[in-house]
Amino acid sequence: MTEASVKRRSWALWLPLVVFGLFAALFLWGLVRTKDDTVPSRLVGRPLPAFDLPAATDGKPGLKHADLADGKPRLLNVFASWCIPCAAEAPQLARLAAAGVEVEGVAIRDHREDLAAFLQRNGNPYHRIGADDLGKLQIAIGSSGVPETYVIDGKGVIRYQHIGDITPDDVALLQAKLKEAAL
Amino acid sequence: MIAEAGLAALWLAAALALLQFGSGVAALRGEGSPLAALVRPVAVVQGALALLAFAALLLVFAQTDLSVKLVALNSHSAKPMMYKIAGAWGNHEGSMLLWVTVMGLAGSFVALVERRLPERTMIATLLGQAFVSLGFYAFLLFASNPFERLNPVPPEGQGLNPLLQDPGLAFHPPTLYLGYVGLSIAFSFAVGALITREVGPAFARAMRPWVLGAWIFLTLGITAGSYWAYYELGWGGWWFWDPVENASLMPWLAATALLHSCSVLAARNALRAWTVMLGVVAFSMSMVGTFLVRSGILTSVHAFAVDPKRGTFILALLAIYIGGALTLFAFRAATVTEGERFAVTSRESALVFNNVMLTGTLGIVLMGTLYPLVTEAFGERVSVGPPYFNPMSAVFVVPMLLVLTVGPLLRWRRDQLARVRLPMLIAAGVALTGLAVAISLAPGKVLPIIGLALAPAVAVASLLPLRGRKLRQVKLPLWGMVIAHFGIAVALLGMAAEGAFTTERLVALRVGESTPVGPWQIRLARIEPVAGPNWTALEATLEASYAGAAPIVTHPQARMFWAPVQNTAESALLTRWNGQLYTVLGDKADGGANGGRWQLRLWWKPLVTLIWIGGALIALGGLLALLGRVASDLRRLVASDKIAFRRQRQGR
Amino acid sequence: MTAIKAKHQRLILALIALAAILAAGALAAWALRSQASYFYLPADLKANPPEVGRAVRLGGMVKAGSVARAADGVTVQFVVDDGKAEVPVRFKGIVPDLFKEGSGVVAEGRLDAGGQFVADNLLAKHDEKYVPREMKDMTAARAAVRDTQ
Repeated sequence: MTEASVKRRSWALWLPLVVFGLFAALFLWGLVRTKDDTVPSRLVGRPLPAFDLPAATDGKPGLKHADLADGKPRLLNVFASWCIPCAAEAPQLARLAAAGVEVEGVAIRDHREDLAAFLQRNGNPYHRIGADDLGKLQIAIGSSGVPETYVIDGKGVIRYQHIGDITPDDVALLQAKLKEAAL
Repeated sequence: MIAEAGLAALWLAAALALLQFGSGVAALRGEGSPLAALVRPVAVVQGALALLAFAALLLVFAQTDLSVKLVALNSHSAKPMMYKIAGAWGNHEGSMLLWVTVMGLAGSFVALVERRLPERTMIATLLGQAFVSLGFYAFLLFASNPFERLNPVPPEGQGLNPLLQDPGLAFHPPTLYLGYVGLSIAFSFAVGALITREVGPAFARAMRPWVLGAWIFLTLGITAGSYWAYYELGWGGWWFWDPVENASLMPWLAATALLHSCSVLAARNALRAWTVMLGVVAFSMSMVGTFLVRSGILTSVHAFAVDPKRGTFILALLAIYIGGALTLFAFRAATVTEGERFAVTSRESALVFNNVMLTGTLGIVLMGTLYPLVTEAFGERVSVGPPYFNPMSAVFVVPMLLVLTVGPLLRWRRDQLARVRLPMLIAAGVALTGLAVAISLAPGKVLPIIGLALAPAVAVASLLPLRGRKLRQVKLPLWGMVIAHFGIAVALLGMAAEGAFTTERLVALRVGESTPVGPWQIRLARIEPVAGPNWTALEATLEASYAGAAPIVTHPQARMFWAPVQNTAESALLTRWNGQLYTVLGDKADGGANGGRWQLRLWWKPLVTLIWIGGALIALGGLLALLGRVASDLRRLVASDKIAFRRQRQGR
Repeated sequence: MTAIKAKHQRLILALIALAAILAAGALAAWALRSQASYFYLPADLKANPPEVGRAVRLGGMVKAGSVARAADGVTVQFVVDDGKAEVPVRFKGIVPDLFKEGSGVVAEGRLDAGGQFVADNLLAKHDEKYVPREMKDMTAARAAVRDTQ
């Protein structure tokens, strides 16, 4: 009797660990799944939505979907002057632009003077910059943050989405994706 | 330079934590190892170095050194100094540094002062503390370095979330961290006691001040957080059962249970294994809370910057600490000898009931918080809200409060209910009267009625332990208990009254028009633009008159921040002794057309302030108990030192 | 009252605690099945409507041109669609700043007997860091934005 109860108890002592294990497994699953938050937009492979954004800064025209379907692949960079990683990726964008890549910009929730100062400081690799003051286009193309960069093919179809800033290592990848998009 | 110095101090502190852990293990394995003498001094220096690192972080934030990435991301030169300083811990890296700093300081303090426990248990405790610290040091140094530099240096910082630019919030999170850290010290004691199997009253007395301290900070943190959400979110509610809120409530529930079981163990040497278990659970709840908030695996109304990578790290720490402690528990708990017995009617039984009910509530909150995650695993998306949490937690809280009315009057070990018949009758009478009044005032609202009936009964019963005592001779811990229990009643009354009697009004007014809400008459006098240091706003001037009295002016705002761009509604509150008027300014009612009507949302919330006054009273009770315990501990310490000194002098 | 005679008081205590915790778990599981509010897209809501009065969340795009304000100045009426189906929604209160036609919204509320969704709360937080997880699957709704712009 005594032995049996001791045995039962020592078995029960492992219960908390088992329960904890279940919770930990749930948390782990939650973490793995959370990565889905950064899955590429479901719009990859689809044409860009129709949009027409006004010019975000003097000297560069605004941006509309027709500009992006002229037969030439290019990059669409979603950025903002208030975002620090956007400044960090500026040299990489400049390198791409210098290599002949056309880069279009979408400035999210920005102010004209802030944006002008940002371009002054970090250089202006953009061909056109559209002002997306409400983040409407951003949502429409499935971007959940800044910066993000899309590869758009000559027909205006989204071919690739790069989430986060472009590091020096990413330049070659983007160039390869652009080449793919040109085919 | 300062940043580098801070980083160096952090590395050194981490190295010392490793030394503390290593020498602790060596001391425990080989009896009489010379390394045993090393553990305490190393713990002291480790704490000092962590403090140095934190001071360096405060300094770079005070100077707005934008070459430090953390400063650039979280501060702005235009911010008021208070928020610059608060910015140091208002982010992930800084808060983790604050955490290890406080943990290091707590370790130093234990190492310097604690002498009640057998030396082996002490070493095991400090070993546990070093082990927990090591994980956080690794986290800081390898995954979230607060001193990382930025190149090129940005000309301006990214600011702090405007919602966070608020005095309440600047000091609210660190309060919770202090609570979490206190629980980590309690955890270290529990692990130390398990390792050496010395679970007894001495262990409980050594652990109790840390549990009390943690519990006070958690109480304050939750109270402040609730008030912050109440006035800052502009939704009129004071508790949303949001994952982030639950993450702070769960450690509190566990700590409350631990506090009570600790007093059983300290006074009566019973509930030994259970107390150790609660020590582990309380700390694991604070880790789970941190994990839920930082990893972003649950969606919350409190938008936090989240990063799954951090989540992975915290989960790994959680698994190592808690998994390890529970494994140790499974091996050791059976060999922890059984504590003293007690009768069914006894103080111990009442406290066991309290513990079981608190654990039940904890289970309810935990399940509700994690349920969305569980269903998502099966492909369904749900959210769980007050319709679940309110009645389900009441199932456990109400019986607990009923027992609270008699529990403190019972004697230890064995008692007769007949002895406390009079107090029970008094409490029952008050509760029944309250019930009758509540039903007539707020018919049909079940939970508020229960609350309105229980609150006065608990209030009266909480004062009964003072009956027949000379108030001057009542010891501080008893005062603490009485005030904390009274605070529960006060907070409960506030919650119930808010639920039962709140009147809400949603209107569109032209300038010059007025509307009634409860006993108030509100007139929209004008709407004007105003500007602050980093925002512009539309400000309404409302003239509110209570029951025909002279109008009082109040100013709700709709604010627009520009770095980063964000709009917030600044509610304006008018506080009277019997409640609060809560006003929020909305949009233009007709989208600009139709001659300028403005949306206003108004609430009259009778007695709502009692919720936070109650919270403050609970914390005050904890503080008195802590002071009482620490004072008597210190007296004992001084006395034993004197005896030791005399013995030494007499050459014995 | 008499003292517990059993030799295994500790075992009894452990069993009581275990029973209470299991009871809490069972109670929670039972209550959660009936109290949790489920997330619906308009198409799901049409195909498989929840019972009237049950708390659910409805997510989708605010159809362009559908937002109308009632004469009281505080009630808005709009249509949520996901490209497949449309649900009329009524909300009384102050709408969040980011609530715009053609933008995403999550409405918390319940279906009334007339097939209208009565919202208690609107969530429309599309700042740079936050997208409700539910919106992730809304490819159809996003594609619908293309048509409405």
